[in-house]
Parts: sequence; C-alpha cells; structure tokens
Amino acid sequence: MRPKTMEYFDKLIANSSVALKDVKEQGRKVVGHYCVFSPVELFEATGALPVGLCATKQEPIADGEKVLPRNLCPLIKSSYGFAATGKCPYFHFADVIVGETTCDGKKKMYELMGKMKPMIVLDIPNSSTYEHRKEHWVGELHRLKKYLEEKLSVEITEQTLRDTIKMYNEERRNVMALVSLNKNQPAPLSGIDLLKVLWGRSFQINREEFKENLLALIEEVKQIVADRKNDDFSQETLKKPRILVTGSPTGVGQEKVMQIIEEAGGQVILQEACSGIKGFVDLIDESQDPYQALAEKYMNIPCSCLSPNDGRMELTSRLCKEYDIDGVVDITLQACHTYNIESYTLKEYLREHGDIPLLQIETDYSQADNQQIKLRIDTFLEMLQE
Amino acid sequence: MYTAGIDVGSVSTKAVIFDGSNYKYIIMPTGFSPKVAGEQALEQILDRASLTLEQIDRIVGTGYGRVHMPYATKTVNELTCHAKGANYLFPNARGVIDVGGQDSKVMLLDGAGKVKDFLLNDKCAAGTGRFLQVTSQALGVELDEIDAITAGQAPIDIGSMCAVFAETEVLNLIVQGKERGEVLAGVLKSIAIRMAAMSAKLFGDFAQDESSQVIFTGGLARSKALRQMLEQYSGWKIETPEQPQIIGALGAAVIAYQ
Repeated sequence: MRPKTMEYFDKLIANSSVALKDVKEQGRKVVGHYCVFSPVELFEATGALPVGLCATKQEPIADGEKVLPRNLCPLIKSSYGFAATGKCPYFHFADVIVGETTCDGKKKMYELMGKMKPMIVLDIPNSSTYEHRKEHWVGELHRLKKYLEEKLSVEITEQTLRDTIKMYNEERRNVMALVSLNKNQPAPLSGIDLLKVLWGRSFQINREEFKENLLALIEEVKQIVADRKNDDFSQETLKKPRILVTGSPTGVGQEKVMQIIEEAGGQVILQEACSGIKGFVDLIDESQDPYQALAEKYMNIPCSCLSPNDGRMELTSRLCKEYDIDGVVDITLQACHTYNIESYTLKEYLREHGDIPLLQIETDYSQADNQQIKLRIDTFLEMLQE
Repeated sequence: MYTAGIDVGSVSTKAVIFDGSNYKYIIMPTGFSPKVAGEQALEQILDRASLTLEQIDRIVGTGYGRVHMPYATKTVNELTCHAKGANYLFPNARGVIDVGGQDSKVMLLDGAGKVKDFLLNDKCAAGTGRFLQVTSQALGVELDEIDAITAGQAPIDIGSMCAVFAETEVLNLIVQGKERGEVLAGVLKSIAIRMAAMSAKLFGDFAQDESSQVIFTGGLARSKALRQMLEQYSGWKIETPEQPQIIGALGAAVIAYQ
C-alpha cells in the first residue's frame, strides 16, 4: 500500500517551481546550488531561500551539447542546458549560484555557466589525506559568507547560523528516520518514493510545510508497518532481493535504472549516492564553532571526487548490514570517471566485507539502453535469489 | 518428455529440442523480425525432430527476441541460459566467454551451472561479432573464410576500438598494400585482447585446473584462430563446444526440462 502522504511529495517540485515566483515577488532572495557539498546552512542563514537546480532530465541535453562536448556526463550537460535555455525556473529566479570544484567536468562547466549568473565556486580539496583540509574548508566557508553578505546585502550572525544548523540537523534526523523504516522486510517504501522525498528536500519553498508532511509520512508508514502481517505477502514478495543503489547521482527525472530494478522484481531499499542518504547520514556538531563544525561535516562527505574515498566503502558496507542488503547496484553516469574507476574498488571491498555482490551499470539519461540494462538487472536479481 | 529452447539473437536464431539426454538443433538467420524468426525456428526444429507442438512439454525462450514469444512457457535471460548450456556440456565449466552479435559476456559459474558473477560489454560494438562482421565485410571476406585467410599471418595492430572507425582503418591498411590476411588477423587480435581484459577483470585470480574449465561460446567461437588468440592473450586454456552458437538455446531447453 502506498502512503497517502506521498501525494504531497509527488507534486512538491512542480508546485515549488510555481510558488517560487511569489517568493521572489515578496522580496526574498534565492540561492541556487547543485551539490551535496553545498553548505546550505550558510545560504539559509542569510534569510535567502536555498534551492536545488535542475540537472536530471534528458530534454535540455541537446542544448547543452551546443557548447559542451558530447562525451561528457549527462548531469553536467543537463545542468548547463537547463541554465542556458532558461527552462529551469529555479535557475531563472536564483540571485546567486554556488558551485564546487568536485569533478573536472563540473568545474570547467562552471566557468561557462558563470557568465550567466553571479556565481561562486568553492574550492574543495580532493585529497582526503591533505592535512590542512579542515583549515582550507573553513577558509572557503568564510569566503562564501563574505560573498553572500555582499551579494545579498545582509549580515550572517553566528546565532542565526547556529539556529539554522539546528534546523537542518533536525531535518536530517527526520529524513533518516523515514529511510530507516525500509529496514523492515518487505520495505514499506519503494526506492522511487524515497527518492521523491529526499530529492524534494532541496526543492521546498516552505520548510515548515515540508517538515509537517515528512513527519506525517513517517507516522503513516510506521502505521502501515504495524498493521501488516507476514502472511499478507506472497512468498514471491518476500523473496524479492533487497537492493542498495550507489554511484553517480540518480535524481528525480532519471530514475530509469531504479525503475527497471523495481519492475524486474527487486526492492530498492535505499540510495547511498548523493541523491540518497550521503548528505543526511552525518549531522553537524552543534556545540562547536559553526564554521569549524560545517567544515568537518562537509569535508567528510564520501564522494568519489575525494581520493582515497575510504568513507564510501565503509558507509556502503555498513548500510548493507543495517538494511540487510542482498546486492548493490552501482550506477555510473557516462564519462563519470571517478565513480567508474571506484566501482572496482567498491566491488572488491564488498566482496571482502560480507560478500555482497555488486553490479555496475554504466548509462546516461536516454532511454536507448533500457533493454541492455534490463538484461543485466534480470540476471543480477536471478543470481541473488537462489 | 521433450522440451524446447529458442534463442533469438541479434544475428542468428537457434532452437534446440531436448529429451533429457539427446538434443537436436537448428540455426537460422534472425533477419529483421525477431518475432517471425522465433516462430520459424520453432517450426523448423519440430520438423527436424519429427515432432508436433503438442508433444513438447515446455518451451523456454531467451535472447534479445524473447519478448516476442507468446508460445514460450517462460522466458529466461540469456546469461542464465548460457551458463546452464555450458554446464550441461562441460560440468567443470567455471568460466564462460561468449561473443555474440551485439553482446559479449563473461560469466563465472558454480558447479551447478549457476551464474555467480558476470560482465557484459558496454554500449559499444568493440569486441563483439558486429565488430568482426563490419571489418570482414569491408574486406569482402565471409565469416567462415576467416580462419583460412588468417592462417599463418602476423596480425597488424588495429588502433580503432570503434567498429565504424575500424572499417575505415582496415580499408586504409589495404590501400597501403597490406594483405587481407594480416589485417583480418589484426582484427581478431583486437577482439581477443578486449575479451581477455574483460575476463581478467571478472575471473581475477581464479585458478585453472582440470576441474575448472573456461568455455568459449557464441558465433565467433567457430573461429579456431580467435580461440587460439584468446588463449594466448588471456593465459587460460579454453574449450569450445562443437556447436558454440547453440549453447544459449540448449541451456534454455535444459532449464525447461528441469
């Protein structure tokens, strides 16, 4: 049974894109961002509305390719295409854009995108063992603070920042409380519904309303789980392999691999990716100096742009145990070198830690390879079931 | 009891009828309609075995055309079928390398013929039958002549991984005065190297002995020259079934029987 509260999340992104105009008309500033490394607490502390930007649809890719090379990650081409054609309302209404030097494709694309809107690109140290990386992060956060204060003509006080951190921590705890309900067997929420909530989190206009719906959803799902009995389910349902999805981001609009998994009889339990729980799983230390605390949280997000990226191996392996995962599907977007190469490392790691099989799927946003993906997924699920 | 397996591939369609210990097969081109090919293959194999449809207990369909088989009892993906077929003929098969028309795959099997892990080629024709087809067509060579033409020839390195660019490269080599045999041997070498790398990635340090054979299947396994190169570049000792094309259909028929 699908929770009724999901209806709010079904419409969230579309409704927000319409409501955004009113937000602007009321004089509120808007800060646009793309990435899980974006310190959204700082944006919120200016009084501006932080919004995610469109990056997950095939449609604007042809426009992106008018400038960018074809053999590039679809997420980068889609982001640029959306921005260049004015088809992303969030980009259109943003006063400033915040980017980060994550992968090579993104940082070079930002050079071009920077001509369209005021933009700051945070320098993220890619070496996870660099001894001064925390100081470096703190320095970048202060540079961002100054930039936002200047562009948005506001002052960020320490108290507002602390309050914002508290608010976002609460949101992270709530999101994880929802995700944790999928520890139940069978999982009460489909992977695609879970994605709608987690992705929608970056496209909300009214944080209070989002929170109320999130809490209502948690309660509703808890009730569903409490009311059901084991013999409500067929043997077939109970045998559906429990899949963890990881790799390059899978946002709303490019769910095809998750959809194929679910149609082929797998349960997508959760996503480890940055479109999943990667940014929610760790909280920010509320007792520290807020800049130090933000730096500590964000510098440890286990993205494949970090080298080495041991954090992802450990997190994925831990999630496999906590969520009783049968197999991992590692989605690599075309030309995403860091996730592509890291797939081998992750596969080996999971083999040695709990012997969890991993299937890598390399794809883009088009529907052209659906049959090929289906063959791989069918075989993988069959392999897991016996 | 009789069962049938039908494997509609991108290039050829294979059908097998199995009675638990013996099997009969047919192979025919798929043509443009996988639906019609499957129906014709079923007709032909019934004819070959002198049986009627009513005498067949179960039919398992596989291959990329398996979505158009209303007559199939069930459909099973081609990796599972290949694994089963290889296991039926070679109970000690632990690794399978299959080069078909549009897919190349490598599989690790357990003793029961179950797929333990697998890899397929990416969205690219390099290392597939199509790659060889495009290049040999450009040279005016039929696939069945390849072994004879490449015999004793030193392979020329082909740099292009893409089937489309390889066609141009191959023609350029001929213009430069190279022999067809050495150019084609180069094409086989590039496929062998590609498949050897793919299998090394999957097989890892899998130790080979009498009880763990590596089997080479699919249309391209008909070429002895390619098998030898594959052995040379992979370091595995590789076995080929007598009819390497029908392994998927045979596996399907065996699955239907069980």
